[in-house]
Amino acid sequence: MIPALLFMLGIGAVCGIVLSLSSKVFYVYEDPRIAQVENNLAAANCGGCGYAGCSAAAEAVVNGLAQPSVCVISNQEGVEAVAKIMGVDAGAAESPLSYNICEGGNRADDKYHYMGISSCKAMAAVFGGKRVCGVGCMGLGDCVKACQFDALEIGPNGYPVVDDDKCVGCGACQLACPKDIIKVTTLSEQLMKFNQTQDALAPCAQTCPAEINIPRYINQLREGKYKEAVQTIRMRNPLPLACGRVCPHPCEDECRRGIEEEAVSINQLKRFVADYEMNSGSRIPIKCAPDTGKKVAVIGGGPAGLSCAFFLRRIGHQVDIFEAMPKLGGIIRYGIPEYRLPKKVLDWEIQGILDLGIKAFCNVRFGVDFGLGSLMASGYEAVLLGVGAWEDYSLGIEGEDLDGCFKGIDFLQRFSRGEKIKLGRTAAVVGGGNSAIDCVRTLLRLGLEKVYIVYRRTRNEMPANEVEIVASEEEGVEFVFLAAPTQVIADDNGKVAQLEYLKMELGEPDASGRRRPVPIEGSETLLDVEMVISAIGQSPDASFKDQDPHPRMTELELTRWNTIDNDPAILQASIPYIFTAGDSATGPALVVDAIGSGRRSARSIDLFLKGEPVEPVKDSLQKKRIPESIFTKVPGLKKTARAKMPEIPVDQRLDSMIEVDLVLPEDAAHKEAERCLNCCRLCYNPDTGFPIAKAN
Amino acid sequence: MGDLFVLAISCIFINNILLAQFLGCCPFLGTSKKMETAVGMAMAVVFVLVMAGTLTWMVDTYLLKALDVEYLRTVSFILVIASLVQFVEMFLKKSIPGLYAGLGIFLPLITTNCAVMGVCLININEEYTFVQAVVSATAYAIGFGLALVLFASIRERVNLARVPKPLQDTSIGLVTAGIIALTFMSFKGMV
Repeated sequence: MIPALLFMLGIGAVCGIVLSLSSKVFYVYEDPRIAQVENNLAAANCGGCGYAGCSAAAEAVVNGLAQPSVCVISNQEGVEAVAKIMGVDAGAAESPLSYNICEGGNRADDKYHYMGISSCKAMAAVFGGKRVCGVGCMGLGDCVKACQFDALEIGPNGYPVVDDDKCVGCGACQLACPKDIIKVTTLSEQLMKFNQTQDALAPCAQTCPAEINIPRYINQLREGKYKEAVQTIRMRNPLPLACGRVCPHPCEDECRRGIEEEAVSINQLKRFVADYEMNSGSRIPIKCAPDTGKKVAVIGGGPAGLSCAFFLRRIGHQVDIFEAMPKLGGIIRYGIPEYRLPKKVLDWEIQGILDLGIKAFCNVRFGVDFGLGSLMASGYEAVLLGVGAWEDYSLGIEGEDLDGCFKGIDFLQRFSRGEKIKLGRTAAVVGGGNSAIDCVRTLLRLGLEKVYIVYRRTRNEMPANEVEIVASEEEGVEFVFLAAPTQVIADDNGKVAQLEYLKMELGEPDASGRRRPVPIEGSETLLDVEMVISAIGQSPDASFKDQDPHPRMTELELTRWNTIDNDPAILQASIPYIFTAGDSATGPALVVDAIGSGRRSARSIDLFLKGEPVEPVKDSLQKKRIPESIFTKVPGLKKTARAKMPEIPVDQRLDSMIEVDLVLPEDAAHKEAERCLNCCRLCYNPDTGFPIAKAN
Repeated sequence: MGDLFVLAISCIFINNILLAQFLGCCPFLGTSKKMETAVGMAMAVVFVLVMAGTLTWMVDTYLLKALDVEYLRTVSFILVIASLVQFVEMFLKKSIPGLYAGLGIFLPLITTNCAVMGVCLININEEYTFVQAVVSATAYAIGFGLALVLFASIRERVNLARVPKPLQDTSIGLVTAGIIALTFMSFKGMV
């Protein structure tokens, strides 16, 4: 008895001493909350949460990767105890949710027939599955079987539907899916997702420079879920009101319905839901990720700057905008006239962005009122240069500085700011782009008797939006095509009296594919006008580079077009912490291009702030098309008329700057949404004889 | 040398700890749903079994037998193995974090696993020498890992098949385990 006791005592003491010593020697710091959290989990090590045992789950909770409710067995009390340990802001962890990218399901055609296979994994292993679509859902529900929380089911259309309330973001479904259809992502990851070559994308969504999920929001509109539709748009575009009015909608050029008949009027639908939000009187809350504590300065409050600021704010960074003009908006405030985009609408939209907690400082010019040095000293870790392209190109002809000569953007912005401009009775606007049209339509509203557009090619080659050209025709502008100005002639008082131009003819196509205009010798013609506005394009104003005394500023490289030299895939400038977007990165382009590049630079800035290598998105689609998704014909369509945009009659337009284009009425918007085929990469809903089409 | 080889073969195949002696069935069923965890578990078992087999042989020979308290074998083995595993866990966490990340969660699971305990006691009952004890512990662990990995791969395939509802999951797992055990019986008489 005694020896046994002594022996056990001895061996116990040895073990105890060795362990306590080694716990001192091999001590590793661990967040004490991990142990506390673990104590409140079920301690069953069941793995139901998707983590390897309770301690791994506790670690995930403390590291913010899992929610307090991670434990499958734990009751409400346990969850609350864990939330308490994690502090009141238990929601600080950005919760991931399961997200299904395939909405085709059963409607996709089958390529093979499989007998007796009951799992997606097995089917994928044999010839990649039954569907024609390489990225589509096979619908056998491996994800449903993998889900421990009953948050997934195969919906009536043959693809999984996620119940967001039940989903804990454990990632089991993603692991089970052999085709990457179901993904567990956080809000930040969704916001920073860019189109990739292997994605399930409709042609319109591939084309949109902002990469909006167009079929999704049109479908939401069709179901009457306007709020959700606006939220879908805001995942990619912070300015739906402005874009819904001014976007030349390149997406509609690729619309599959457009192959057989008139394309779906996508942009009017965007405007419909955006206007719905504005007119509803309350703003739809915009979700943001938890604060990261990093500060970014955005220089330039135009579409690119606003977009970049909006997305950086939504993924949790603190953003301040610096704007040289008195108000935010950039070219869409000062370059786009009131009758296309009312200032009231723009103000409402920008206020919504600022309400996320973005500070804006107006009337401060980069290089003059502040510089790189002061930004760095104030603790900004990255800078976005989105200064736009505000410097009008000059015609380079004699007499263009005479009294009565103006430059396009300069004229528009001076007018927008309320400056009194001495007008003539007749005017010639040189150029064929949207700025030129904006100038003539503005001039007509100012009461000029005769306004000409002087363009060196023909109407077919005009880069302006077709609707704009048509509207200006209706309003009575006169076109002088195939005319290249050669000099502006003054009268005795030194004021503009005539514009002399050479007649042109079209020759061989040039690099842009348009036929090059060739002057006809000796064809000088005179046009009697009292004003000449040249609107032949702009370049960025990079004067800040010389004005800012900060020594590093000399390292900032510019291109020969005065844009900031950058890698278009990541938009990083030659100074690593400076990024760019919009017109200052690419030269003049569309608003929606600026919005897309603003988001792209937000991604790069985010990577930069996290200390990760700033690398391009892998397999980025970036304005390319997925060849297999571009069809030449779309069988099974029933032709229906495209919704006509309501507008104010011409005779009522010219007296004021009142908005010309109106929003679609609700029933027309629904009818137009019904025209959408809800395309994906390969499959789509034809109009007849199809279950999904009928159900809708 | 030849004897040791024969011993190893017999421990791995003929007297396979899982399929012939039916020890360690809980991790066998619990960690065999996925190949990844099965491999992790197999590694952890090799690691722990070799160390435990060695240490318990020494404890038995130099303490229990020397002090003539052999009746305390089971209880002292439990204590020694548990402490050993705890110690190894701490050591790995500090010194080889990579290995810890791979084995970490499995180590405490097999602290006083019946397979571990069983092998230690077999070593003593068979009156193995030190070298024999080490070889037998290693071979038994390899046998355990072999059976586990085989079983996991079969279960992964079974997951893809249509299984009648009442037989799904553990039930079909046990049936499968029984059939594998039958096939292992054919090794009998090899040595």
